[in-house]
Amino acid sequence: MIHGGIVVAAMVFLFPFFWMVSNALRRDAEIFAHPPIFVPETLVWKNFVDAWLYLPFGRFFLNSLFVSATVTLITLVVSSLAAYAFSRLRWVGRDSLFVVYLGTLMVPQAVLVIPLFLMMGVLGWIDTYWGLIIPMAFSSFGTFLLRQFFLTIPAELEEAALMDGASHLRILVTIFVPLAKPALGLLALFTFTGQWNAFLWPLIVVNGPDHATLPLGLTLFQGQQGTQWSYMMAGATIAMVPGFALTVLMHRYIFKGIAIGAGFGGR
Amino acid sequence: MSVDYAAMRHDTAAAPLASRRVRPGSTDRKPSVRGSFGLAVLFLLPSLLGLTIFLIGPLVASLVLSFTNWQVIGTTRFVGFTNYVNLLTIDPIFWKILRTTLLYTAEYLVLNIVLSLTIAVWISRLAWGKTIFRIIFFLPTFMPLVGVALVWLLILTPGGVFDWMMAGIGLKIPNLVTNADYALQAVVLVSLWSHFGYNMLLFGAALESVPQSYLDAAAIDGATAWQQFWRIKLPLISPSLFFGTVLTAINSLQTFDQVYALTHGGPGSATTTLGYAIYSQGFVTYKLGYASAIAWVLFAIIMMLTALQLHLQKKWVHYEI
Repeated sequence: MIHGGIVVAAMVFLFPFFWMVSNALRRDAEIFAHPPIFVPETLVWKNFVDAWLYLPFGRFFLNSLFVSATVTLITLVVSSLAAYAFSRLRWVGRDSLFVVYLGTLMVPQAVLVIPLFLMMGVLGWIDTYWGLIIPMAFSSFGTFLLRQFFLTIPAELEEAALMDGASHLRILVTIFVPLAKPALGLLALFTFTGQWNAFLWPLIVVNGPDHATLPLGLTLFQGQQGTQWSYMMAGATIAMVPGFALTVLMHRYIFKGIAIGAGFGGR
Repeated sequence: MSVDYAAMRHDTAAAPLASRRVRPGSTDRKPSVRGSFGLAVLFLLPSLLGLTIFLIGPLVASLVLSFTNWQVIGTTRFVGFTNYVNLLTIDPIFWKILRTTLLYTAEYLVLNIVLSLTIAVWISRLAWGKTIFRIIFFLPTFMPLVGVALVWLLILTPGGVFDWMMAGIGLKIPNLVTNADYALQAVVLVSLWSHFGYNMLLFGAALESVPQSYLDAAAIDGATAWQQFWRIKLPLISPSLFFGTVLTAINSLQTFDQVYALTHGGPGSATTTLGYAIYSQGFVTYKLGYASAIAWVLFAIIMMLTALQLHLQKKWVHYEI
């Protein structure tokens, strides 16, 4: 009884996914057929190949992959270092600065993009990977998340290492990073998906197809001569594969991360 | 952008404990504590430089820009509060945009919290299949919002499957994306579908941590499931509820991606939110000074709303477990 209701709700909820895939696999003539066709007569797998080569969508995919991975990597390194300073070193002004870090989480991206755009112009970074990556690679969210985790690591561990003459950098790399793998994984997950889905900044800083990311590419299927719906849906399906896979593979991590109130990143 | 209030709360809760531990006269002998200022600077440097250059700097710059008439062509000069005065008194659609944004946020926030809480409670009561249903409702949250919106555009577009279904069940409503009165509802629908999964998981995790013994005790005392929800579960998950509400409000005030992909702010200016107005003033007509002023109005609203919520939480959020 209780399951019957939620199964129906889930099926209604999943309909857009079904519609996306079913339209990605049909001939153009079937897209606005009346009454609507739910399962295409012949599955046109070729749409995926055509969409990949069309804009070139394949390049957008690789751009997104490169930008998201690089931002994630920088974020992990920078945040680990800062989180260590905030959780394990004692210095004047630490707690005040941490409040500033927290405050920056409230700043909407829309406030930053105009000056950032002008800055990119000065630096010559408009329509470059630099412009896509560097301004997005510093977020206090990562520092904050890792600091919370580092605080739970017992002090005895690093005390022993310090006695043995290890440097703080060595302690961070050999003790904290391995212990914080779940938190680092979660931060990587949220940073990567946040960048993979990012739209506003790429829309502003990218000028042409060379550096366009995937979400940007999707909107390019809306052309002058009308929308290429089947290609667009094929592109959307491709764009959603990583998110789909990460959600299914890492749902335990995500659930636990959110349970400790840490799971909000990206956008 | 994200804020973690739940963890902030842990912090403040832990502070008195930590200070109590250090008794007067006793020396804190943690070796790590001896870390010097110079060392901290080295560890902090990349983060601090990055945040200063790409966040604090632009934040200040944007405030300065909002007092200029900066455009791509022409000379730039300071114009004082002219942009703000124009916004509030001359701009023919600013108030409408503000109203749209606040209406959207209010409607979306209420629907999001009610829906995510309902589904979370529903799933938490299932005997089996919790994980699979949680995954299903969470699926769209890790997907490009633009992609999600374009899929919905295909569904909602005139002649699309949504109109056909509505006609099929005898509901006579205008097309959602082309009708000025309904277009905002299309944006709400898409936002809900794509993002209520976050809060559903957040509330689900909180519900899992409600001790079963409390519920058993209440059941013995004759409390109905309904009473157990309102009297026990809801107060116990109120910190998560608060966290989700604040975060959802901050995010929905900035709504841009789905508006861009679904309606481009239209028809007319029916779905133009502050986020979309900043983009179109800034990067379509290149009135960067004016757009910066709108951006600061948005930021001010976010700050005020967050402060208000932090203030109101004392009335309804229970932290003692």
